[in-house]
Order: sequence, then structure tokens, then C-alpha cells
Amino acid sequence: MSEVTHYLCIGCPLGCRLEVEEDADGSVVEVRGHSCRKGKTFAEREHHDPRRMVTTTVAVEGGRWSRLPVHTTSEVPKLLVHDVVRSLRAVRLTAPVERGQVIVSDVLGTGADVVASRPMPAD
Amino acid sequence: MTRLSLRYDVVIVGGGPGGMSAAIGALESGADRILIVDREIELGGILNQCIHNGFGLHHFGEELTGPEYAARLIEELVDDHIDVATDSYVLDVDPDRTVTIVSPSTGISRVQAGAVVLAMGARERTRGAIRIPGSRPAGVMTAGLAQKFVNQLGYLPGRRAVILGSGDIGLIMARRLALEDVAVSGVYELMPHANGLTRNVVQCLHDYDIPLHLSTTVVGIHGNDRLERVTVAPVNERLEPDLTRTAEVECDTLLISIGLIPENELSAKLGLRMDPTTGGPVVSSTMETSRDGVFAAGNVVHIHALVDFVSQEALLAGRCAGEFATGRSRPADNIRLLPGENIASIVPHTISSDREHVVYLRVRRSLEKSWLRLGDAYEKRLRYVVPAEMVSLKVRPRFLENFHGDALKIDILPREESGPDDE
Repeated sequence: MSEVTHYLCIGCPLGCRLEVEEDADGSVVEVRGHSCRKGKTFAEREHHDPRRMVTTTVAVEGGRWSRLPVHTTSEVPKLLVHDVVRSLRAVRLTAPVERGQVIVSDVLGTGADVVASRPMPAD
Repeated sequence: MTRLSLRYDVVIVGGGPGGMSAAIGALESGADRILIVDREIELGGILNQCIHNGFGLHHFGEELTGPEYAARLIEELVDDHIDVATDSYVLDVDPDRTVTIVSPSTGISRVQAGAVVLAMGARERTRGAIRIPGSRPAGVMTAGLAQKFVNQLGYLPGRRAVILGSGDIGLIMARRLALEDVAVSGVYELMPHANGLTRNVVQCLHDYDIPLHLSTTVVGIHGNDRLERVTVAPVNERLEPDLTRTAEVECDTLLISIGLIPENELSAKLGLRMDPTTGGPVVSSTMETSRDGVFAAGNVVHIHALVDFVSQEALLAGRCAGEFATGRSRPADNIRLLPGENIASIVPHTISSDREHVVYLRVRRSLEKSWLRLGDAYEKRLRYVVPAEMVSLKVRPRFLENFHGDALKIDILPREESGPDDE
């Protein structure tokens, strides 16, 4: 028995409605609804291993602002995004912080580091 | 605090991506003394609170977060020729380009500018702009204000939020609040389609199971000290709410994301000629306004969807301001651009036939396949156009070799057949 899953393509403003059909053993039978190659690739990746960049903030003391924006150095599995954000709530930094400074390395074992998106000068 | 000089070649009003890129352009043009004035305590403008990624693909060739994009520009600005006055506000620009600046540390100063670049950006439309009835409790704010609270000041605006408007800032904030474990009940959109980029609908709403209610709007706000609930209602094709089919949604926070207004108080005081379709000044191909030596770029001219295009437009404005201040000028424009079929706005408003220009267009309605026509001089196939995304058109001198008029009408028309060079 085959199963069809739907995705909305984010490759361009067309926003094609993509369908991924897979058979009982979980292998993809067909991708439909795409109007370019990019859409097909997107559907396959989104179906097997959806990943997202994480951008959030961490607490910083003695800086110009009380929050420091941070991001992951690569995409992490979509299911772990919320856990990554929650795990960063325990972080307490003190200014100054440099842009690109590693805040947490290999966050939750994803292989991605969490780094500062901007410098945070001491106030 | 920077000690201001009495005279600058170029004074730039606003230190966001537009103002910073204009300063880099002015520096490239050989201007000697450049001043950026911004009312915030640091450069970067609204990019500093846009902590998400997706910026810079066109301008820097890589995907950056907002603060990274700002930091890149700030690093380029460290130069002996550039002064930066933060925590400072431009009160007035005189027609002779005397700029009056006020700041808490230095009081009122007047500087003489060889040229001025207006880069004040835009501000958000508020509850007042659409006159939502009801009480006036705490907890009702624009999405951008909530973004500043969460991302820079470290406050959550509430525990249960409703978002009105599906503009990109509203979608981004829906995700941001969900990630901070604020319950987001839904996004309500007056129009039958989402206003933000598809990418944001998928990654900000679908990823977090946040419902998007199209053709629905907020018709009532309730609560005494704090917001307690909102009333929502579906709208008909004339966008009128049906008050017989309302629903109540409990929430302590209502974020409003219903569009941006170019911030043109200074332009109005200067008496600049304005374009009612963009809400910004009329500009020539050098981004010069109707006053000599006063240039403008970025959201103050027209609302952009991508910061990358703000940078490119502002680099040009800065270069031309620098050239003006140092006594050089490009040949004057000889062709007016007129909005035709399915064109809501065009920037710049005039071009010249002797050099290449980038023209930015906004369409009125979406078309999957279309022709872009520049009078009878040039035509090109477009793959898709949507009102939310600007169309940029490179106009090359060879397009205009056989054109001898003084005005060109631009149309974007439906196209039936498909062609091999779709883009």
C-alpha cells in the first residue's frame, strides 16, 4: 500500500503543491506537483530528512542589549529545533562577545555549533 | 560621542542598511567627509532585531542573519572619512542642505552638507490605521515592537498570542513566540492569500502547526487593563466583515503585522515631490529627489521585500550624492517611466538612454506567465510575478537605441504560450 504526503515548495514564490508517494517499505515511488528540478530535490529532502537553521537569542549581562542573537552553523534536524532553543535558556554570557564566537559547540550532538550573530560590546 | 564637523560632503539621515550602504557608496565616489546620523544607540537599524536568517543572498552571495548583515556593513564603515552620530535625531533639513541635529549629549548642532541622503526607512502601520473597535488594553502592539522586546530587550509580550496580518514580520514573530513557548492561537489575514513569502508560511506556520485563517479579520478588542480576548469575523469579497459569524479568541497579546509606511516627515518638510503609489519621494535614476542635492534610498522611497535591494539602491544613491558634493554629475534623465497595465509602482521615476539602469516594479496582481513590456522598445518573458515581490528590470542602452520619445510605458501582461527562456 502506498502513502502520499504533501509539501509546499519554498524554492520560489510559485509555492508548488508537492506530493511525495512512497510504498509500504518507505521508499519514494514518485514526486509530483513540482515545476522544476529544485522542487523535486526539495520534496525528497523534506520527506526523508527535514532540516532547519536555528536562530534564537541567549541572555548576556553587561552588554549593550540584554539578549544576544545566535544561530547554528548548519541546519539541524527539524525535530530537534525546539529542543535546541530550550537548551540555550540555561546559557548566561557576560559581554563583550565577538561575532562568530562559539557559544555551544556540537549542540545536542547535532554536529552544529551555536555561534554569536553579532558582536556585543560591554555597555 | 563623535565631535561633529561644521561641514560634510554627504550627510546621511538613518543608519540602517540603506544609510550604511549609502555611506559606502559615498566613500567609493571619493567624498571626503561623510556623516551618518541615527536615533538608535547603534548602527544597523531594524536588522539588529531580525535575528532570523535569509538575508544577503544577492548582496553578499551567502545567507546571513539580520545582525550578521548589519555587522558586515558596520565593519565596512570603519573609515577615517566617516563619522557616525548615534542617539541623534535629525530635526530638519533646509533647502540649502543645512542639517539640524539634536542629541542628549551635544544638544542642537547644525552642519552644512554638500549632499544629503534620506534613508529613514519605514514604520509599521498600527491598530489606528485600520481602526479596530474595542477597548484599549495593554498587550496590543505591532509585530516589530514585539520583535524588539523579545530579541533585544529580553521580554516576552505575553503567554497567548493572536497575530493579525500575514506579512513577513507577523509570520516570523509567530515562529519566534512559538519557540519561546508562547501559545500562538492563529494568524488572521484579511486577504484570501498570505501576504508573506511562501518560505515563511511553511517554515514559520506549518512547522509549528499554527493555523492561518484567510479572509478573516479582527473586529473587536476586549479587556480592561490587559487584553483578554479578540473577536474575529470572516470577510466577503469586498473585504467587509460578516458580523453574524464572529468567533471569540482568548489571548493576552495581539500582534499587528499589516504593512509598512515610508517615514517621510523630513521629505514633507522639505517640500519634496511625492509619489502617492509608493508613499515616498519621486526620484531620478541617480536617486535624486525633486530638490537638488537631496537623494533618497531604501524603504523611505518604496517598501522593499529584500534588504539586498535596499543596499544596491542605496549604494547608487550614496555614489551619486558623493559625485554631486564633489562637483561631478551624470547626464540628466531624458525618459519618464509610466506605470501601465498591472503595474502598481515604478522606481526610479525617470531614466536616461546613455547608461544602464535597474528599475524596480511592483505588480497589482499575480500572474504565472507574463510579458514585461517597456513601451515598444523591449520585451521579456517573466515566469511569475506576485505583488509581494518586487520585479527588477535591467534597462540597457541598446534597448533604447531606436527610441526617441520622452516617456515609456511599462506593462506586465498575461502570456499564453510558454517559451524556452522563461526565468
